[in-house]
Amino acid sequence: MSSTTDASAGRAQIAARTLRTDRWWLPPLLNVVGLGAWVLYATVRAFMQEWYFVTEYNYLTPFYSPCVSVGCIPEAAHFGRILPDVWWLPYAALTLPFLLLFRLTCYYYRKAYYRSFWLSPPACAVAEPHRRYTGETRFPLLGQNLHRYFFYAAVIISIINTYDAILAFQKGDGSFGLGLGNIILLGNVILLWAYTISCHSCRSIIGGRLNHFSKHPLRYKAWQFVSRLNTKHMQLAWTTLATLAITDFYVMAVSAGWIPDLRIIN
Amino acid sequence: MSHWQHFRVWRGDSEKGELVDYPVEVNEGEVVLDIIHRLQQTEANDLAVRWNCKAGKCGSCSAEINGMPRLMCMTRMSTFAEDEVITVTPLRTFPVIRDLVTDVSFNYTKAREIPSFAPPPDLAPGEYRMQQVDVERSQEFRKCIECYLCQNTCHVVRDHEENKENFAGPRYLMRIAELDMHPLDTADRQEAAQEEHGLGYCNITKCCTEVCPEHIKITDNALIPLKERVVDRKYDPLIWLGNKIFKRSGA
Amino acid sequence: MSEIERHEFDVVVIGAGGAGLRAAIEARARGKRTAIISKSLFGKAHTVMAEGGCAAAMGNVNPNDNWQVHYRDTMRGGKFLNNWRMAELHAKEAPDRVWELETYGALFDRTADGKISQRNFGGHTYPRLAHVGDRTGLELIRTLQQKIVSLQQEDFKATGDYESNIRVFHECTITDLHKTDGKMSGAFGYYRNTGSFVLFSAPAVVLATGGIGKSYQVTSNSWEYTGDGHALALRAGATLINMEFLQFHPTGMVWPPSVKGILVTESVRGDGGVLRNSEGKRFMFDYIPDVFKEQYATSEEEADRWYTDPDNNRRPPELLPRDEVARAINSEVKAGRGSPHGGVFLDIASRLSPEEIQKRLPSMYHQFKELADVDITKEPMEVGPTCHYVMGGVEVDPDSGQSTVPGLFAAGECSGGMHGSNRLGGNSLSDLLVFGRRAGLGAAEYVDALGARPAVHETDVERAAERALLPFSSATDGGENPFVVQLELQKTMNDLVGIIRKADEMELALKKLEDIATRTRTVSVEGRREFNPGWHLALDLRNMLLVSLCVAKAALERQESRGGHTRDDFPVMDSDWRHVLLVCSALGEDNINLTRKEQVPMRPELFDLFELDELKKYYTGEELGGHRADQGEKA
Repeated sequence: MSSTTDASAGRAQIAARTLRTDRWWLPPLLNVVGLGAWVLYATVRAFMQEWYFVTEYNYLTPFYSPCVSVGCIPEAAHFGRILPDVWWLPYAALTLPFLLLFRLTCYYYRKAYYRSFWLSPPACAVAEPHRRYTGETRFPLLGQNLHRYFFYAAVIISIINTYDAILAFQKGDGSFGLGLGNIILLGNVILLWAYTISCHSCRSIIGGRLNHFSKHPLRYKAWQFVSRLNTKHMQLAWTTLATLAITDFYVMAVSAGWIPDLRIIN
Repeated sequence: MSHWQHFRVWRGDSEKGELVDYPVEVNEGEVVLDIIHRLQQTEANDLAVRWNCKAGKCGSCSAEINGMPRLMCMTRMSTFAEDEVITVTPLRTFPVIRDLVTDVSFNYTKAREIPSFAPPPDLAPGEYRMQQVDVERSQEFRKCIECYLCQNTCHVVRDHEENKENFAGPRYLMRIAELDMHPLDTADRQEAAQEEHGLGYCNITKCCTEVCPEHIKITDNALIPLKERVVDRKYDPLIWLGNKIFKRSGA
Repeated sequence: MSEIERHEFDVVVIGAGGAGLRAAIEARARGKRTAIISKSLFGKAHTVMAEGGCAAAMGNVNPNDNWQVHYRDTMRGGKFLNNWRMAELHAKEAPDRVWELETYGALFDRTADGKISQRNFGGHTYPRLAHVGDRTGLELIRTLQQKIVSLQQEDFKATGDYESNIRVFHECTITDLHKTDGKMSGAFGYYRNTGSFVLFSAPAVVLATGGIGKSYQVTSNSWEYTGDGHALALRAGATLINMEFLQFHPTGMVWPPSVKGILVTESVRGDGGVLRNSEGKRFMFDYIPDVFKEQYATSEEEADRWYTDPDNNRRPPELLPRDEVARAINSEVKAGRGSPHGGVFLDIASRLSPEEIQKRLPSMYHQFKELADVDITKEPMEVGPTCHYVMGGVEVDPDSGQSTVPGLFAAGECSGGMHGSNRLGGNSLSDLLVFGRRAGLGAAEYVDALGARPAVHETDVERAAERALLPFSSATDGGENPFVVQLELQKTMNDLVGIIRKADEMELALKKLEDIATRTRTVSVEGRREFNPGWHLALDLRNMLLVSLCVAKAALERQESRGGHTRDDFPVMDSDWRHVLLVCSALGEDNINLTRKEQVPMRPELFDLFELDELKKYYTGEELGGHRADQGEKA
């Protein structure tokens, strides 16, 4: 099937799909498990439509931010309530698709799911199972080139998340408070920013498109900063999946009354 | 400090071939190429292998060792267990000539298809002025020793012979990136990268970077930035509008 | 002989390293249809191994530099035995050749004002080496390769054929040159991958085949360096000069055994690396020869100050010319003060921060990390001398690169004279460019001036084919394995005609070579002609033998020590030998004839560039008569 194994065009006739002796199948398998579990959790939570807000401490989970459905608790809806309250429409339906698309078109996640879900290729020097391959040259994968628009959207959403995290320092009664929830929300937001800023599109926009760094010293500095973060893009992609889930779960657990919030001040 | 190791070396030509077993002596500090040479000097005088500098600088001795594309001169024997069977085959993406030697002319054909450096016509030799920060990105790509391991590993052509015509491969897409980032190059390369040299085939699965013996960050520093530059040109109406309004003649 | 592939060209360049490619570019630029023939793949030439840089007096870092200073350094390095006209052309033209590379797309490291940065190197008065980190040779070869591709693209636009004017035949070995009526007429060889024969008819041939290091056991040179150009020239009736002068690079890796000989760039020392023996002593201060006493620091303090303030301090003795450093290391090891694996320690770890080392010497860092599992930012390297470069080569006309055979040209390492008895680091890349261009130009002009083109005699072609196939027929007579003979040749040269030479050892070497000559004629190979390494070696072996004979005979003849030739029995430099060149010519396939020749005296205005006091160290009394100081006294 693959040109590697059918010895087409005078290639060395070796029937094995790969002669690798290491556990090359492990990383794609872990990716399938990791990404699959996260998507399952996120889907369940997005449609749950409860336990997303801790009224007492103003904790809003990022999965419901901004909460713009008519069904939202009024205190959680910082930007108005405009969407109809139906079961199939998540309360943050205005932003969730963009977040999803930002990650779906992200250069790191593309590598991860092309390898692990589409097996194209499953690992280096392991033949892929597809008869034909056109990569990102045509619809729909040509759409991956829209990554930078989703990056712009992600920046706006990150601002909203930041706003939520700051607002949470004010308790429901208007007084200042600090609990473990605040630290989790804040930590999540900082890591979300790191992931967003370290994006390859951002790196290009901030300075990568320039051919003369020497004429743009500030943008060069910014590009250097983003480039350093960019080398950690993969780690940030996974870390933020984890922090998003942890943050959401914490808010859910406190909201549902399974655990009390650990208070530090007030 | 020597031991015997079980080697399996692919012997054959474009018609037929097989993995042949050889027990070989291995001494402390040796690399795979040393073992292949020992075979050549003892039981397989006519074992064909391409090599040159033996120091990882020329990129001649590319092969696949236990299925992974590598330079034989840079693969130390101490990275294997003494009882491990070591399989050495030729590169599997290019036509084989004999034993471990393949016909890499695909790469020379692709090299010719990339338009060369185009300096400003009025700039005299000796008058070139470039800042270090402006040449550093392209310098990274010029570390390339043209071992073609990336070309060999890239599944776009490895698994799909038919894509060879339309896809330049990581090495030559990186060459386009190198020239596109050159502070004095005047040619327009972005559109052609996508339309003629097959940048869109790349699905950034990063095997080129994984096998690069020079540790060039091919995907992150060349291919993705080039893809983003193509987006600037072809898919970003904001930038198109900005350029229309401000008539910026490039940065 | 119908199976021989035939081609016609104006100029055939043998060798695709820096000199060959530059020659081809020039010949093509002069409108000549040019073939480039390469033993390995296009772009893999040994030039990639050059690390430090390309010397050219551009004066970008120190404006006091100019061609006169470079000229003086080159002559001094070669102990005044150089062909002074070549050294002059080299010093004058090197900057233009480097600037030209930038128009081809080369990206050298930059100075703060955007010019090409230049670095210090042994024997050079000022920072002079254009460089790209420590991979300058790679940059050079890639740039020239890409220039050739760009010329082919131009030709494609004009003719629809990439190869209409310049064609690369890679993995092709030339085994014989053909002459007709005393003039070059063609070259005969075989494709390595098919084993089939090919004949190039051409009135002009440029040899650019590099060196001869493979005749030695410990060498920085690759398998290609079997002295093909040297031997082809000899067999075609041309002459070689200065073959006794071999440069042993002071710092090659000594461990692990499989990489023994691989180069550790001089930039390590240029950037602050120091040599120490097993007692931890920085021993080079004990080895500054009298002729260099004034230019080199005598204390560690002064030497260390030089890195930051070169104008007011003398340079560290680690940066003495290569022959001096190689001999010093040799002596330390012999005196029992060597490192565990028979070298000395080269320490950069205690001199620069790990980040600096990784930035300035990236490929050295990787080389040691990956080949020897040594982290040079943490521990010292073990280094020792390795056979690196042959100063001797084809005797050529300095301006055109033409040998004594009309139509046969040579450039780069395989030509002789430019570097005298010892080459300065960085002068080989500039040599390639300057004389590569000149040889290409010389060949083009020769072709222009030529009337009728000489045709290759069919009988010569038949004889060449028969000779090439001889190792296959020898098999029936029970000939030897070529690898065994090669090992013996390498061992003989390494042990008996190495860094330190003695008459009795060299006489023994010549006897052994006589025996090896017989065995070389009858080596046998098995298998088919496709990519058969045994067969390739069997044919290369006769070249290695011939050049080894030249080295050994010339070394025995020269009874003095100078540059890359050190005699234990004649340890000092002798002014009476300075003006004598030893010339080799072939006597059949495996013997050579050695004659003496007088060096042409230097042109007066070049002579006057030196101070009389310095010249006195090298010249005999009567030779100094023409100097300006001398004339001034008389006037």
